[in-house]
Amino acid sequence: MDNLLAARFTFGFSLAFHIIFACIGMTMPFLMVISHWLWLKKKDEVYLKLTKTWSKGVAIFFAIGAVSGTALSFELGLLWPGFMQHAGAIIGMPFSLEGTAFFIEAICIGFFLYGWNRLKPWVHWTSGLLVGVSGVISGIFVVTANAWMNSPAGFDWINGQAYNIDPFKAMFNPAWVSQTSHMTIAAFEATAFGVAGLHAILLLRKKNFEIHKKAMIIALSLGSIAAVLQPFSGDFTAKNVAQRQPLKLAAIEGQFETEQGAGLTIGGIPDVEKEETNYGIKIPGFLSYLAYGDFDAEVKGLKEFPKENWPPVLITHLSFQVMVGAGTFLAFVGILFWIIRFRNREKLFSNAFLKLIGICTPLGFLAVEAGWFVTEVGRQPWIIYEIMRTSEAVTPMPGQIVHLLAFLLIYLVLTLVAVWLMSRQIKVLHERG
Amino acid sequence: MLYVVILFLLVSVYLYCLLGGADFGAGIIELTASHKSKQRVRDLITKAIAPIWEANHMWLIIAVVILFMGFPTVYTSISISLYIPLILLLLGIVFRGTAFTFRHYDAIKDQSQEIYSRVFAYSSVMVTFFFGLLIGAIVSNKIVINPSGFYEGYIYPWLNFFSISVGIFLCALFAFLASVYLISGNIDDETRKEFLGKTKIANMAAVIAGGLVFIFSFVEDVGFTERFFSNPVSIVLIILATVTLPLLWMSMNRKYEWISRILAGTQLLFILGAFYAVYYPVVVMIRDGEDLTLLNSAAPDITLAYLGWALITGSLLIFPALFYLYRIFKSDKSEEVSV
Repeated sequence: MDNLLAARFTFGFSLAFHIIFACIGMTMPFLMVISHWLWLKKKDEVYLKLTKTWSKGVAIFFAIGAVSGTALSFELGLLWPGFMQHAGAIIGMPFSLEGTAFFIEAICIGFFLYGWNRLKPWVHWTSGLLVGVSGVISGIFVVTANAWMNSPAGFDWINGQAYNIDPFKAMFNPAWVSQTSHMTIAAFEATAFGVAGLHAILLLRKKNFEIHKKAMIIALSLGSIAAVLQPFSGDFTAKNVAQRQPLKLAAIEGQFETEQGAGLTIGGIPDVEKEETNYGIKIPGFLSYLAYGDFDAEVKGLKEFPKENWPPVLITHLSFQVMVGAGTFLAFVGILFWIIRFRNREKLFSNAFLKLIGICTPLGFLAVEAGWFVTEVGRQPWIIYEIMRTSEAVTPMPGQIVHLLAFLLIYLVLTLVAVWLMSRQIKVLHERG
Repeated sequence: MLYVVILFLLVSVYLYCLLGGADFGAGIIELTASHKSKQRVRDLITKAIAPIWEANHMWLIIAVVILFMGFPTVYTSISISLYIPLILLLLGIVFRGTAFTFRHYDAIKDQSQEIYSRVFAYSSVMVTFFFGLLIGAIVSNKIVINPSGFYEGYIYPWLNFFSISVGIFLCALFAFLASVYLISGNIDDETRKEFLGKTKIANMAAVIAGGLVFIFSFVEDVGFTERFFSNPVSIVLIILATVTLPLLWMSMNRKYEWISRILAGTQLLFILGAFYAVYYPVVVMIRDGEDLTLLNSAAPDITLAYLGWALITGSLLIFPALFYLYRIFKSDKSEEVSV
C-alpha cells in the first residue's frame, strides 16, 4: 500500500470511528435531558433510573469521543501538513470556536455527572441540556470546516499561495448550511434509533421491563422526527451539491453521459472502464428534477470532466445508495411509530414491532458512515476542491502503514471494550431491577 | 491582536501544565503507591479528578487550535519532524483518558479494575514524558528542514539526552504538583504521611532532573544553559522558584492546604516563565536555518484578529464556568452517580 493510500485509510478510519462517538456525544444528552425532565415533572422513579443509566453511557461515549477527537486534531497536521499549512489560517476559525464549545461541553458534563446532590434540580437539568447544546454547536463548527473543503471560499489562490484571506467568508461558505443541517439531523436520527433499537432488543429478552419501555418511546419520539425531516434536508443538500460540485453529483448517480431530462438510477453498478452503469432501475427525468427542480434540466455526466479528476465512482455511488436506502427505511419506520402510537399504544411492545426497531439499531449509523463516504470519497482527488490535491497535502513521513495498523488495532480494542462495558451496565441494571 | 493570541497560547500551555499536569502527576503517583495503600490512593485520585479531568485537558486542544490557526508553519513543521513522539503522545492520551473513564464507569468492579489502573498509570507517565520530550525537542536546535534521510528527518530532531531529560523533569514536576494537590484536610494521617513522603521524593527527583537538563544542554550542545545564564529574567524567576520551595514545605507542614496549592502553582509559573523568557519569541529552533518564532510565523492579521476575538469571547464563557466547576467540587466528598 503506498503512503498516500495508507494515510487516507488512517484518516478515514479515524473519522469513521470518531463520528459514531461524536454523534452519540452530541445527541444522547438530549435523550438524557428529556428523561430527566420527565423525572422532575412526574416524579416517577423509572425516569430517574433511566436518566442515570443513560448518563453513564454519555460519560463513556463522551470520553472516547473526546480522546479520538484530540487524536484527530493532531492527525490533521501529522497526515496532511501540506493542507494545514494553508488551510489553518483560512478555516481555523470554526476550529477555534469548536474548541470553546467543546470546553463548555466538558465543563457541563462534569456538572451533570457529579452534580446530583450538589446543584439545585433545575440548575442540574440545565447543565445536562448545555452538554447537548454545546455538543451540537461544536459538531456544527467542525462540519463547517469540512464544508469549506468541498466549497472553498474566503481567499484568492495565486501560484500555490492564499491571498486576501477572509475567515468569515471561509466559515460561512456556500455548503455550510446544507452540510451542517444534514449532519445534525443525521446525528439525532442515528443515535435515537440506535438507542431505541438497543432497548427494543433488551425488551425482547426482558418483557415489561419498565425502563426499557420508557427509553424506547423517548428515543423513538425523537428519532422519528429526525428521520422524517432528513429526506427534506437530503433534497436540499443534493441541490446544493449539484450547483457546487456537478462532478460529485455525476459520481453519486453513476451518470456518465450529459443528459437533458436525466433519469434517477436506483441501485446499479457503475463500470468506470466501460463508462456505463448497469443493473440499475431508472426513473425517467427524476434526476434532473431532484437536482435542479426541473424534469428537463441538463445534468452533466462524468465524461464532461477530465478522467484524472474523477472520484472513485463505484464507492461514491454505492455509498449513496446505502445512505438513501437506510434513511428511507428509517423514515417509514418513524411514520409507522406515530401511527401505532396513536392507534394502539400497547402494540408498540409487540414482538413484531420490537424486532423491527431492533433491526433499525445500526441503520442510522450505517447511513452516517455511508454519507461521509459520499462526501469525502466523492471529493477526491481533491483535499480542497479544485484547489489542492490530496496527494499534494500528504506527509513526507514514510511507513504510514504502521500508523494505520496501530490505530486500527487501538480503535478496535476501544470499540470492543465500549460494547463490553455497555453489556455489563445492562447486566447490573437487570439484576437490580 | 498578535500579542493577545500569544498571551492566550502561553496561558493555555501554563494551565495545561498546572491542571492537566496535576492529573498526569496523579497517575504517576498511583504507579508508586505501595501495595497496601493502592486502593486508598486510587479512591483518593478518582474523587479528586473525576469531575474535572475532561475540562483540564481542553487546554491542550485550545493550544493546538491556536497553533494551527495562528501559527500554521509552527504546527506543520512540528507535525512533520516530530511525527513519532507526537504519535506516542497521542497513544498515551487515548489510553489514559479511556482507561480512567472505564475504570470509573465499569458497572462490575472486578479484576478488570487492575488492568484499567495499570493502563491509566503507565500512560500517564507516557503522556508526561513525551510532552516534555517534545518541548525539549523543539528548542534542541536539531530540526532539519530538508533532511537527507529518515534518521535526520524523523529521529534526530528528538532523540537526544536533552529532550529526554526535559521529559524526565516534567514527570517529576507533575508528580510533585499532584502530590501537593492531593494532600487535603480529610485524608487520614497514615495516607497523609505517605503522600508527604512521595512529595519529598518527587521534589528531589525534580531538582535532580532539573540539573540534568542543564548538564545535557552542555553535552548535546543545544545552547540552553548559555541562553539561560545570559538572561536576567530567567535567572530571577528560577531564584524565585527556589525560594518558593522552603515556603511551600513550611505551609505543608502546617497543613495550610490552599496556600500550599497556590504556592505550587506559582512555582510552576516561575519555572515555565523562566523557560518562556529563555526562548521567547522562538518556538521551533531550526538547524542551519532561521528559527520559527511567534512573530515570523504568525498568520495574516485578519486571521489573528478573528482568532483573538474568538479567544476573548470564549474565555468569557469558559473562565466563569470553570471557576464555578472547581468551586462546586472543592470539597472532597463527591456523590457518585449510582443506579
